[in-house]
Amino acid sequence: MNIVVCVKYVPDATADRHFEADNTVDRVGVDGLLSELDEYAVEQALQVKEKLGDDSTVTVLTVGPDDAADAVRKALQMGADKGVHVSDEAIAGSDALATSLVLAEAIKKLESTAGYDLVVCGMASTDAGMSVVPAMLSERLGVPQVTFGSEVTVEGSTVTIRRDGDTATETVEGTLPLVLSVTDQSGEARYPSFKGIMAAKKKPVETWSLSDLGVDAEAVGLSAAWTAVEGTEARPPRTQGEVVTDEDGSGATALVDFLASKKFI
Amino acid sequence: MTEILVLVDHVDGAVRKTTHELLTIARRLGEPSAVFIGSDVSAAESALKQYGAEKVYVVDDADIKGYLVAPKAEVLAQLVEKTSPGAVLISSSAEGKEIAGRLAVKTDSGLITDAVDVAADGTTTQSVFAGNYTVQAKVTKGTPIITVKPNAATPEAVDGAAAQEAFAATVSDAAKGAKITASEPRKATGRPELTEAAIVVSGGRGTGGNFEPVENFADSLGAAVGASRAAVDSGWMPHSFQVGQTGKTVSPQLYVAAGISGAIQHRAGMQTSKTIVAINKDEEAPLFELVDFGVVGDLHAVLPAATEQVNQRKG
Repeated sequence: MNIVVCVKYVPDATADRHFEADNTVDRVGVDGLLSELDEYAVEQALQVKEKLGDDSTVTVLTVGPDDAADAVRKALQMGADKGVHVSDEAIAGSDALATSLVLAEAIKKLESTAGYDLVVCGMASTDAGMSVVPAMLSERLGVPQVTFGSEVTVEGSTVTIRRDGDTATETVEGTLPLVLSVTDQSGEARYPSFKGIMAAKKKPVETWSLSDLGVDAEAVGLSAAWTAVEGTEARPPRTQGEVVTDEDGSGATALVDFLASKKFI
Repeated sequence: MTEILVLVDHVDGAVRKTTHELLTIARRLGEPSAVFIGSDVSAAESALKQYGAEKVYVVDDADIKGYLVAPKAEVLAQLVEKTSPGAVLISSSAEGKEIAGRLAVKTDSGLITDAVDVAADGTTTQSVFAGNYTVQAKVTKGTPIITVKPNAATPEAVDGAAAQEAFAATVSDAAKGAKITASEPRKATGRPELTEAAIVVSGGRGTGGNFEPVENFADSLGAAVGASRAAVDSGWMPHSFQVGQTGKTVSPQLYVAAGISGAIQHRAGMQTSKTIVAINKDEEAPLFELVDFGVVGDLHAVLPAATEQVNQRKG
């Protein structure tokens, strides 16, 4: 089986994430890393490969600036076999529609050389958090989407997931080839072993530009975006109000007094 | 007046509160046309009328309900083609966002997700980076497709004509690739729904697995119950109760966090709550930095005592 895992390089959530003057996310001035939610996608892809125990390959794919190579490297260290990094200045400022377009074209290019059976994604990026790229990929590639899997089973060419929705828990099933997305409930993501870190250095990584994909620069990037950010504003940080220490029940009284003063009781 | 399509979010015809909010927003933008995909619209009729739907497109879901997301996106694309609406509004649930994503590709339109407000000119407000930034954005191409978070608007009861029109959608075979082979509805808890509640009381690692103090306090306030990721990962509460980046994002009037340290993953899910209260044994807990009121103490002592006092005051 040929498995493609889509990963995103995102600004570290514990760092000072902010916007540039053109209202795009600053992806250069802030330390970045492989999006935590994509680690679960890499993990599930590796588990599928390990269960098959054959010569299946896991290819990690990312679209991002130069530093996004770090995300590819981490996935290779976890155990992915090879990497593809699509990088092109013209892609900067792309919205989800353009990102999914570039990813889809990269997957189609992989399809033409090696074929693919399964595309695995995380449930959302940890920066934009839209959760739409896997569904858009399914739409663009013309294959089913089996998404938001909290439990994943692959038997032959059937993929089955447990999907925990707002109002119901569903079992969803599809036949390969398809797009699978997995949640952080799908199984703990492994830490790269020392052996894995060493082995990653020798794994092949290809770098592709838009022209390698036959994608027009006019179709992607900030100026091509289907939406425009008109402004961003930092919220003033919340300041701490009153904090009391509980002594023989004084805490409860103070709490209830506070709630009453705010008319919650 | 331009039609604004609103996808009705319902369970067996019982319309969810988020749809009331979407209809209210749709009235700012144009004339709301509700899109009901289901088997029996009668249970939904009065709510759709009451919150201002001028039209209700009724789509039978026999060929739709057994398949994940893709058929609903096709239905909406066909309605967009038929009505050339000013916008399409969908709830920001997982399913809603996926439908919106596919619809954006199909109609070559811009997409904005998780709007917390939508102005009459279509400008949306989003809260991003764990609530640290507010963003104003607008769709510039195609039919604006906007997913809206719960509590984005106060529903306004203004009767609409709610004229029903049956719409026969064509669902392609390609849209039936993901079969829903089983579905188990969430059990009703008797408490408000987490994302819709005005007050949320959440428990974390500090509960040690005993959520009774949290639940009793929640009940004294008529609140919903939530949980931190630590509590869910430990198996104390189901994932549907998780508040945080990979769970639910809530923005209630009052958020009470008991035994929750306040890692950024959790804060991302509740940071925009109007009033934040925390109870924690550890005075260094990061969550205390955000609170309007905090108690450094053991929740197993503080919450039961507070519950009793609340119940007494309420008489």
